[in-house]
Amino acid sequence: MSDEKRTATEKADFKRELTEVVPHLRAFARGLCGRADMADDLVQETLLKAWAAQDRFQPGTSMRAWTFVILRNAYLTDMRRNRFRGEYDETVAERVLTAPAGQEEPIHLSDMHRALLTLPPERREALLLVGAGGFSYEEAATICGCAVGTIKSRVGRARAALNTMLSEGNIPQRSIDDHAAHRAILEELDEVAAGQGGGRR
Amino acid sequence: MNSDTPKKPQRSTAGGPPPASATQGKGGEPEWANGLRQLYDSVVDEPLPDTFRSLLAQLDSKD
Repeated sequence: MSDEKRTATEKADFKRELTEVVPHLRAFARGLCGRADMADDLVQETLLKAWAAQDRFQPGTSMRAWTFVILRNAYLTDMRRNRFRGEYDETVAERVLTAPAGQEEPIHLSDMHRALLTLPPERREALLLVGAGGFSYEEAATICGCAVGTIKSRVGRARAALNTMLSEGNIPQRSIDDHAAHRAILEELDEVAAGQGGGRR
Repeated sequence: MNSDTPKKPQRSTAGGPPPASATQGKGGEPEWANGLRQLYDSVVDEPLPDTFRSLLAQLDSKD
């Protein structure tokens, strides 16, 4: 059924839906890789891949979830090719969250973003999908090609880590130029990539 | 940021009760949970750069 030739209407629908998810793809990519220019490169790559693969999209299903899978796979591939280093986007630093009542120091979006980037990639993406993108655990599990329980566990660990970092104001500087740290990240990514190999169809 | 902040919990609360009220928002979520969405939504709300418009416009010829 994936061989079916799409009608002009279906193609137009696909393109409209694809266009609608671009802002979400940009937001997800920014959260994943931290830098706006790299994130946008990733989104462009994703759009081209999605367009090329449009016959595999099931009309009526979530375009956002479908394209997120493509984006995430492109991200993992690029990460292993050493293109991204979880670098931090300075422009975010100027935005400040409103100070919660009873808290002396406002949480800066920059702190938030930096804390997010210190998380292992699979926990970061799980938290982004569920906590920022509003996906259900089930949807996030489908996107990541893993079990629902795995997503719950990753989100839980990510939340606990951010809780500790942000409530104590203790956000480690990510050693993005530290090769040992970087290698550790890449090893984690290999595990992530390996883990999803059998889960996708 | 690193000044004395007596209201804040000193330990990780993984598996335990939720952290002190200073970090709690409504619905039992920590305040930063809202920040996470704000971070995401702030990008969603950005005007789309022209590069995306032209890329989308070119897609139809890529068949």
